[in-house]
Amino acid sequence: MENEKIQQFISNWEPEASSALCAQFLEISVPAAKFRNLAEKLRFDEQMLFDYLFNMTCVDWNDHFITVYHLHSTKHNHSLVLKAVIANHDNPEVDTICDIWKTAELLEREVYDLFGVRFNNHPDLRRLLLADDWVGFPLRKDYKDEVNMVIR
Amino acid sequence: MNAIYDFSILTGGIHERLSGLMSPTAVMITEMVIIGTLLIVFVALMGLVLVLAERKVAAFFQLRLGPNRVGPWGSLQTLADFLKLLTKELITTKSADKFLYNLAPFIVMLTPFLALGVIPFAPGLQIMDMNIGVFFITAVSSMGVLGILIGGWASNNKYSLIGGMRSAAMVVSYELSVTLAIMTMVIMTESLSLSEIIASQSDGWWIIKGHIPALIAFLLYLTASTAETNRGPFDLAEAESELTAGFHTEYGGIKFAFFFLSEFVNMLVVASIATILFFGGWMPFHLPFEWAVGFNHIMDFIPGIVWGFGKVTFVIFLMMWFRWTFPRLRIDQILNLEWKYLLPMNLVNFLLMALIALSGFYL
Amino acid sequence: MQAELISKDGTQEYFVNMGPQHPSTHGVLRLVLTLDGEIIKRVEPHIGYVHRSIEKMAEFDTYKQIIHLTDRMDYLSAHMNNEAVALLVENALEIEVSDRVKVIRTIMSELTRLASHQLWWGVMGMDMGAITTFLYAFRDREMINDIMEETTGARLTMNYNTPGGVMFDLHPNFQKQVKEFIKIFKTKLPEYDELLSGNIIFTERTKGIGKLSLADAISFGVTGPSGRASGFACDVRKTNPYSAYDRVNFTEILLVEGDAYARYKARIFEMWESISIIDQLIDNIPEGVIMAPMKAIVKLPKGEFYQRVETARGELGVFVVSDGNKTPYRVKFRSPGFSNLSVLDHISRGHKIADLVAIMSTLDLVIPDIDR
Repeated sequence: MENEKIQQFISNWEPEASSALCAQFLEISVPAAKFRNLAEKLRFDEQMLFDYLFNMTCVDWNDHFITVYHLHSTKHNHSLVLKAVIANHDNPEVDTICDIWKTAELLEREVYDLFGVRFNNHPDLRRLLLADDWVGFPLRKDYKDEVNMVIR
Repeated sequence: MNAIYDFSILTGGIHERLSGLMSPTAVMITEMVIIGTLLIVFVALMGLVLVLAERKVAAFFQLRLGPNRVGPWGSLQTLADFLKLLTKELITTKSADKFLYNLAPFIVMLTPFLALGVIPFAPGLQIMDMNIGVFFITAVSSMGVLGILIGGWASNNKYSLIGGMRSAAMVVSYELSVTLAIMTMVIMTESLSLSEIIASQSDGWWIIKGHIPALIAFLLYLTASTAETNRGPFDLAEAESELTAGFHTEYGGIKFAFFFLSEFVNMLVVASIATILFFGGWMPFHLPFEWAVGFNHIMDFIPGIVWGFGKVTFVIFLMMWFRWTFPRLRIDQILNLEWKYLLPMNLVNFLLMALIALSGFYL
Repeated sequence: MQAELISKDGTQEYFVNMGPQHPSTHGVLRLVLTLDGEIIKRVEPHIGYVHRSIEKMAEFDTYKQIIHLTDRMDYLSAHMNNEAVALLVENALEIEVSDRVKVIRTIMSELTRLASHQLWWGVMGMDMGAITTFLYAFRDREMINDIMEETTGARLTMNYNTPGGVMFDLHPNFQKQVKEFIKIFKTKLPEYDELLSGNIIFTERTKGIGKLSLADAISFGVTGPSGRASGFACDVRKTNPYSAYDRVNFTEILLVEGDAYARYKARIFEMWESISIIDQLIDNIPEGVIMAPMKAIVKLPKGEFYQRVETARGELGVFVVSDGNKTPYRVKFRSPGFSNLSVLDHISRGHKIADLVAIMSTLDLVIPDIDR
């Protein structure tokens, strides 16, 4: 389906979502509270069927977090980037999607590990890469480690 | 048979000389000590040779050179490795069952020694000619698994435990096939004494005389006994890619060397039995025909010890060949193979052999 | 806790730590297995033993420097990893690289893929207990390593790509050597089939083991030969062609069984495809510059960029958020191994320990790729 049509569908479903046509992908931003609802629609709606989550990550923008989901539909062969804007920087939270796309279970654990974003209803939210007793979240921009980090 | 190759002249001479010097009891004790020492030296030497052979054979299959630095063709490599193992610290894991943990390597090492006691390697070169030699070997060789099981249990390591259990399940099942394959041949030989079995093949080896059932029995025996010695493709008691090292994970130094050596000595025992039952032991290659008298006579000029060890080497090479070409089986497949295929085949083969023996349809 | 584990018939589940030092986890992967006898009830991967925080390091490095970090992720597909970053920068700056560079990159990628699959095949055999395969594979892999060394100066971590082109021109011997290798390897590849593919023990141990359905493959994001063995058409070389892949003929290997044997077969077939791609390109490497004119300091425009390439293990994605500086604001590597690992628990439940080893082998995990 064309990107414009997808835009239309999404604005019907979720008026709060803002969309932008970027060079590579259609990018949809949605507040964290409305995110889960839209994700479900994108996955299961017959017109959309975004069944392949090929990348998921998070970006720390100093005052807020954005979790980025790259989605692709193997049936309709269209892609988009879904972004959940998490305004609360001190206590970031967003709903999990690991029951919709199973690959997200480990990816969300990784994001939790490195950014400290909590995923509500995640079955097993623990540190993944770092030691269980690690203090801080290394990929945050305000992370300081006097010993191991060399800032140029 | 050429008398000059008969070791009983040598052993008989020693016995007479000793009898002239001391009382019968003292003679027996002296002979026991001499034989024991010789046996230990023999096993140690065979161990060194077989380990080197295994490494060279493996290297041959794997397009590499194998050991070639210590001594000519790396012939002293295994000796160097053995010395290294001897000097290593003996570590006992903290929560291991100390007594059983230390006992296991000795049990494992003991069984091939016992089995070697009744095997004739050359005319007269046999420690004890039991009239139930076959039965004795079958009984003794099933003890080896005890050592593996004890070692796996006492190490207090889950990998060892799994390895020990696998080995127990496997050896207990394959024992049946080994024994049945041997029994199939015993129908033909009509004797349980190993030297008599060899003597019965003076006009031709059983694998030739015994028709197809003998050939099937040989293949079954080879498969089952490879499994019984825990060698690849049935090496899932150690299965280094699954269980790190299986039952001997926690063993090091000389204790590990015992486990390692016992595998090779077991192989020697198994191969010897195969040669005795199917290839006539030290018996030269004879054809059971009238016109082949001349040929048989020429064959007699090759010493029995060369025939014996030559055939053992061949069977050992076969087993090494298996190990370095086949992937490993899974535990349920191994048990399936035994209970669903080998055992029924063995039973049918046993009956077939009995029919042949009854009808007298053999050479 | 203890009481819960004991079932009605008095048996008890137990845990085994497989790794971090274990012969078949190929590195420092640690799996906590919950076992009932030999049967696997649950596999819990614990990763991070070689986590070097490459994503954080990349935030302080220029784009040219990042390339040198990517080698160390999936060290068996080092060239493709480098290529991903180079392509990302080129696409973001809209730099057109010469045809020569494109073809060189493609040939190098396929050689790397061959080397990676060879190593995988050898290790797979070793995991199944056939140690001989390992040395057969290394015999052939050595030839590729020598070719690489001649041109790039390195055998494993090549660092051959740079934004705008490649570091040096091909060695004069390159074409001759590659042709000779292809000629030899075409006779050696059937040997692989003889040793493992046709072996009854091997097929018995892999057929029907670790079945992964198409829906699950997509949901878990299993890409590469592992995904394609389940019928997931995820070959980036076909879906989003890059470099010279749009000008060569090759088949995307798609199988339907989705079991360990299919994953094995997919890689063997893929080796034939790689050979055919190299065959098509090696005789007509166009003349041209090996380096497009680039500024000394590469600055990406503001925005978000995503570049995907097909490594030997699957789809590698590089996601870069740029704020217009010479260093990226955020880099994320979507490593194929990470997603492929996530499926391990799902497909190995109910199988035996020996099957887990087979499944892990056919997923072809490279741990530094997972940990980054």
